[in-house]
Amino acid sequence: MTNSQLTPGIVPGRLGAEDYARNFSDIAPRYDAHEARVAADRCYFCHDAPCMTACPTSIDIPLFIRQIATGTPEAAAKTIFSQNILGGMCARVCPTETLCEEVCVREVAEGKPVEIGRLQRYATDTLMETGSHPFARAASTGKRVAVVGAGPAGLAAAHRLAMKGHDVVVYDPRPKAGGLNEYGIASYKSPGGFAQAEVDWLLKIGGITVQNGMALGAGLTLDGLKADHDAVVLAIGLAGVNALRAEGEGLENVLSAVDFIAGLRQEPEKAKLAIGRDVVVIGGGMTAVDAAVQSKLLGAENVTIVYRRGPEKMSASDHEQEHATSVGVRILHNAAPVRVIGNGAAREVEFAYTEDGPGGLKLKDETFRLRADQVMKAIGQTLDGAPEGLAIEGGKIAVTGAGRTSVQGVWAAGDCALGGEDLTVTAVAEGRDAAEDIHASLMG
Amino acid sequence: MADLTTNFIGIKSPNPFWLASAPPTDKEYNVRRAFEAGWGGVVWKTLGSEGPPVVNVNGPRYGAIWGADRRLLGLNNIELITDRPLEVNLREIKQVKRDYPDRALVISLMVPCDEESWKAILKAVEDTGADGVELNFGCPHGMSERGMGSAVGQVPEYIEMVTRWVKQHSRMPCIVKLTPNITDVRKPAAAAKRGGADAVSLINTINSITSVNLDLFSPEPSIDGKGAHGGYCGPAVKPIALSMVSEIARDAETRGLPISGIGGVTTWRDAAEFMALGAGNVQVCTAAMTYGFKIVQEMISGLSEYMDGKGMTSTADLVGRAVPNVTDWQYLNLNYVTKAEIDQDLCIKCGRCYAACEDTSHQAIAMGEDRVFSVKDEECVACNLCIDVCPVENCITMRPLAKGEVDPRTGKKVGDYANWTTHPNNPMAQAAE
Repeated sequence: MTNSQLTPGIVPGRLGAEDYARNFSDIAPRYDAHEARVAADRCYFCHDAPCMTACPTSIDIPLFIRQIATGTPEAAAKTIFSQNILGGMCARVCPTETLCEEVCVREVAEGKPVEIGRLQRYATDTLMETGSHPFARAASTGKRVAVVGAGPAGLAAAHRLAMKGHDVVVYDPRPKAGGLNEYGIASYKSPGGFAQAEVDWLLKIGGITVQNGMALGAGLTLDGLKADHDAVVLAIGLAGVNALRAEGEGLENVLSAVDFIAGLRQEPEKAKLAIGRDVVVIGGGMTAVDAAVQSKLLGAENVTIVYRRGPEKMSASDHEQEHATSVGVRILHNAAPVRVIGNGAAREVEFAYTEDGPGGLKLKDETFRLRADQVMKAIGQTLDGAPEGLAIEGGKIAVTGAGRTSVQGVWAAGDCALGGEDLTVTAVAEGRDAAEDIHASLMG
Repeated sequence: MADLTTNFIGIKSPNPFWLASAPPTDKEYNVRRAFEAGWGGVVWKTLGSEGPPVVNVNGPRYGAIWGADRRLLGLNNIELITDRPLEVNLREIKQVKRDYPDRALVISLMVPCDEESWKAILKAVEDTGADGVELNFGCPHGMSERGMGSAVGQVPEYIEMVTRWVKQHSRMPCIVKLTPNITDVRKPAAAAKRGGADAVSLINTINSITSVNLDLFSPEPSIDGKGAHGGYCGPAVKPIALSMVSEIARDAETRGLPISGIGGVTTWRDAAEFMALGAGNVQVCTAAMTYGFKIVQEMISGLSEYMDGKGMTSTADLVGRAVPNVTDWQYLNLNYVTKAEIDQDLCIKCGRCYAACEDTSHQAIAMGEDRVFSVKDEECVACNLCIDVCPVENCITMRPLAKGEVDPRTGKKVGDYANWTTHPNNPMAQAAE
């Protein structure tokens, strides 16, 4: 090993092989049967359970936990999958601490919720490991549905449509299906090629064709899709990245955190990934945390998240923020970038302190600089490539009901659609519900 | 600190916690460990007649049921009486008693139902220095097939006959251990008393199959694919044991007969409950088999603290205190009206009370905005189910209505004590005096 954490510039191999292996291993490994039984025993089987209400996909959590407790994890998995076909990934990436586990009565009573996410993973992994698919298709309806985008919303919609007997074609610009499950999640949350394994498993329902390398504007048009299909689902996510709108943004090594995370996910040998000695991440959401934590895990010496407002406004959960600081990421609040400084490549970022008052966010006169070999932008994604003619509202595709857009026969789901949080689990719920609505309108 | 010393039918022990005749008391090694740990007494595992000892199965001999977190709630066993030679047991008993003269050491016995067998075994145990004998008329498995154990305990005439032989051929205090596998436990208890028993101990284990292996279709514990019923014990049997103890304690024929309480005693509180219902001491097995002998330390400290708090200076102050309050249903006060009350500060909003009441009881709990659960007094019959299913202790309590207060359910004012015997709906009612 020639490089270390102290090596200047942007270099690979800052750490030893064991460090990479440890840093990018499964952050919360699957429970074994005993751990699962102990954890399941804590569930009170609440009436009209708050956890179930908090789950965007309304998984019957008390029931699946009771099924685990009674030694039938595959039945538990079927309970989960019937509401959320991507329950395996959601078990890994859901911010349970702000959803089901936050409202668990044992969290309220004892500050220690039933570990719903980990129990869900125990159940879903158990069933998926058998290789069997728990659902069968209904008789063919002869209807054809196009789904644009093979992310969580698109896959959930495709699965539900196929299950109802429709023939589904899923189009996606990237070489692999999965969307953010494949390209956008911190590696340690979904190691071992789980995202692709999950896609393969999901497709076992049959009746779904995935066509990669195709997107609206790149081989596809909405009119063309409408002409060839009985319905269209747009699940194109948010492909654009917000700009810093600060001087020097065009310098080398000012990059999108989303791209950084995607590249990291696709590289099996983490030691090959170059990372700066000093990394600055700008933003306050999960993407910022995932980029910062993984920069640190790749061996960066100093990683700082800078967020323009206070900690309470960060969309990354407390749990995520704690995780970041626990690996050595520094989080600075109330500071906004004013310029990136460098000669060709970024060298420093200058920030102004901010004041978040009733009149909005104001920059103060006082500034400071942070060294930065790399500057990662994680200040939100934007809708990009939405077809002409669709009503847009608040930067997203306007929808009514279960994802109906302003255009007859076209539905939208997931991050690109208005409403709901931009979470995997929400995307799954929207995709599923759009599929049900399509089924009702096609068959009604 | 309260004095826990007990004198049970002339047998003294430093505390009322004895180990029951069972696997933990089968050998000198175990019994010495028990005494070192602080147990007040031991009933040595049942001895049989001289000659080749019985044999045990060589596969599993215990089955179990568990509660949450795999807490052992009930244990079942198909172990027989001691499978070690009589002379070895007698020698060890003698040595242990010599070294622990302040502890109670009682020998459990089970021999065939003939006078000679009993005469012989009594002679054999007499010079061990043991404090007394306990007649095992209780074990429901194995030995009962050979006309011993519960086979004797289920026939009051046999109990009386054997007890009489024992009292005739021995001067040792004699405890008769009763089986619960019988319709009315007062009958064998009365028979023991007639036969001259100094005390009864109960309950022995209950006929049981704890589970069925759903692959082998064999009862557990499975011995080569077959299972036989065993004897059930542990926390799960405590309510049955308490009831049986209370029946003997309050029955006219058996009242005053000393009782050694057995059945699921796990904590000091269990022991105190048995004693309040008339047991002069308690015997423990499953709790020790689950957690080891050290648990007696909690029993000692807990009972002492409780007695201190109640101003009781000796165990005699506690024994039987609850017996006068055990009565028949027909004498329960029908004008005692209570209503469930939910403490909103303690409520964790799980809604189990609601589900239980709405689905299976009287629809007397309302579920409001934000999961606020409240009792509908006009529907509540005070059944207690909500309290029983609530995971939070004291979150739901019963509030007794004051005399003269109107019960919103019936619209009637709460009156004076009145029971079924005088109730107008009772065809056998007598006019109230």
